[in-house]
Amino acid sequence: MSATPPEHWHRLHPLSPLVRGGRATIAVFIILIPIAFGRDSLGRETPQLGVIALIVLAGLVSWLVTRWRIEDDDLRIETGLIRRQSLRFPLAQVQAIDVVRPGLGRLFRVAELRLRMAGSAGATARLAYVAEHEVEPLRDQLLALARGARHEEVAPAAAEKLEPAPQREHVLAVVPTGPLVASILLENWWLVVIFVGLLVGLVVSPHTVSGLLVGGGFIWALSMATFVWRRFNQQYRLSVAEGPDGLHLRGGLVALTAEVIRPGRVQAVRLVEPLLWRPLGWCRLEVDVAGRQRRKGEGEAQRGQLRALIPVGKRSLGLELVDRLLPDRPRELSRPPRRVFWKSPFRYRALSWGRSDTCVATTSGRLRRVTCWVPLEKVQSLRHVQGPIQRRLRLASVHVDTAGRTVHATLRDRDAAEAKGALADLTDLARAARRRPALN
Amino acid sequence: MGVQPEEWRTPSRQLLTLRRLEVGGLALLAAIGLAVVGAGSGSSAAYGLAVAALVLGAISLPVVGRRYRSWGYAEREEDLLVRRGVMFARLSVVPYGRMQFIDVTAGPLERTFGLATVRLHTAAASTDARIPGLEREEAARLRDRLAELGESQAAGL
Repeated sequence: MSATPPEHWHRLHPLSPLVRGGRATIAVFIILIPIAFGRDSLGRETPQLGVIALIVLAGLVSWLVTRWRIEDDDLRIETGLIRRQSLRFPLAQVQAIDVVRPGLGRLFRVAELRLRMAGSAGATARLAYVAEHEVEPLRDQLLALARGARHEEVAPAAAEKLEPAPQREHVLAVVPTGPLVASILLENWWLVVIFVGLLVGLVVSPHTVSGLLVGGGFIWALSMATFVWRRFNQQYRLSVAEGPDGLHLRGGLVALTAEVIRPGRVQAVRLVEPLLWRPLGWCRLEVDVAGRQRRKGEGEAQRGQLRALIPVGKRSLGLELVDRLLPDRPRELSRPPRRVFWKSPFRYRALSWGRSDTCVATTSGRLRRVTCWVPLEKVQSLRHVQGPIQRRLRLASVHVDTAGRTVHATLRDRDAAEAKGALADLTDLARAARRRPALN
Repeated sequence: MGVQPEEWRTPSRQLLTLRRLEVGGLALLAAIGLAVVGAGSGSSAAYGLAVAALVLGAISLPVVGRRYRSWGYAEREEDLLVRRGVMFARLSVVPYGRMQFIDVTAGPLERTFGLATVRLHTAAASTDARIPGLEREEAARLRDRLAELGESQAAGL
């Protein structure tokens, strides 16, 4: 503990429970409207009113017992009435900071601040919700603290002076709406096929189709529609910009998100080219950041899916951005030996790998082509695996493990001697890369 | 990897005994069970299966030996190597600086043989480095040594 006196406690925005209630809030209003208009029916509505009063009370209490403040280099959040929780988040470990504005939040001019921490436990500090005009200065302040600035230097007053900072950022890419819609439909073409099939069926024989819909098909269709909608909602007009404190991602249709990924926190980069995108030369660029976030209520749109830097864009644009993230990416990838054909006839043509002194790249996937880049200073461990068929063919694979969630670079089916050599090389290079002070 | 053969350490011989007991015991139990069924119902198929279980157990014993011999670990200057597997031969390289935590576990059977399993965790979920069948003192030594090395070489994420 340093001598800095801790600042006083802050509360969240008073409208927070209302926004957190989300759809429930809207439902409550719908119940209230007939009551407000038809006064004579008040007696019959008493049970509903009681429930509403309870909900409002719960919201009020949750707001009253939650408070936060910045203590030296930590963010501290206290919450809970019966089970009191005091959470402390060291700002030096922040991986990324998101600002999320759900539809209702935009209506009330509040936003949520989400600090993603390292560690596989998936801890995320959430401040839901803070007034809109306070969010940006607060985020800049937290980012400055995370960079290692002293607390006094970035008091909120000073942070406001830093306001013109956003002008220094440099927009790299914005996703156009037309291609976004087309890309979502093309990637999930089988959904479109089923949907069209249902429509045709509805015309030809309404009876069978309605039977299908009732028998679970409807729920399935609904969940698929939500999936597509979420994707669209999240990636609508997503822009990537390079700022002094990292990569800025902004976008969204109803719920707006703004995310800052701190430099040097990217664990892996992945370029995905689904089958039907390839004739159009499109790709999706995704980055993997450490830490998992699969907790309940954790922004469902991000669950199980990487953060897309470019949801859809030209391959050349994607590669340009990769160059920015990993300036020393390997240019030449080498193919596996011909005899791999006997082991994986489909994959054979898609496999390749390459490395530079600081980065390793692999490709895989015959139909959905995936290219992964892993900066060597982020490598957690290396594994050399040789299965029975591989042994017969004198082949072996090397796995590169990273702290990210899904990106997994694998040097699949290489010549046994080459794989051994690659394992030794990558071990040495990764060691050297770890020692180098982070340049990025 | 430039490791001299003598640098590889292997799990305790006790592990081999334990694994042999596990496989042999299971085969024997199955055979006895089937023989009892055979005696009860008088079906020759059950006797046949009992013999098959015994034969299977006998065949597995050398495999158990090979699997035991495939385990090995080497403490190098900056990383730990762990190798294992007969069918799927695996070799993991875990830099000390990447270790997040180490846990030492011992199941009931392992405990009666005075053995323990040391497992290394990094920030990557796919890291798969565990060393079973270490004598308790060796497990404790390895744990302390790894923790010490991990601390002195720790690298940020």
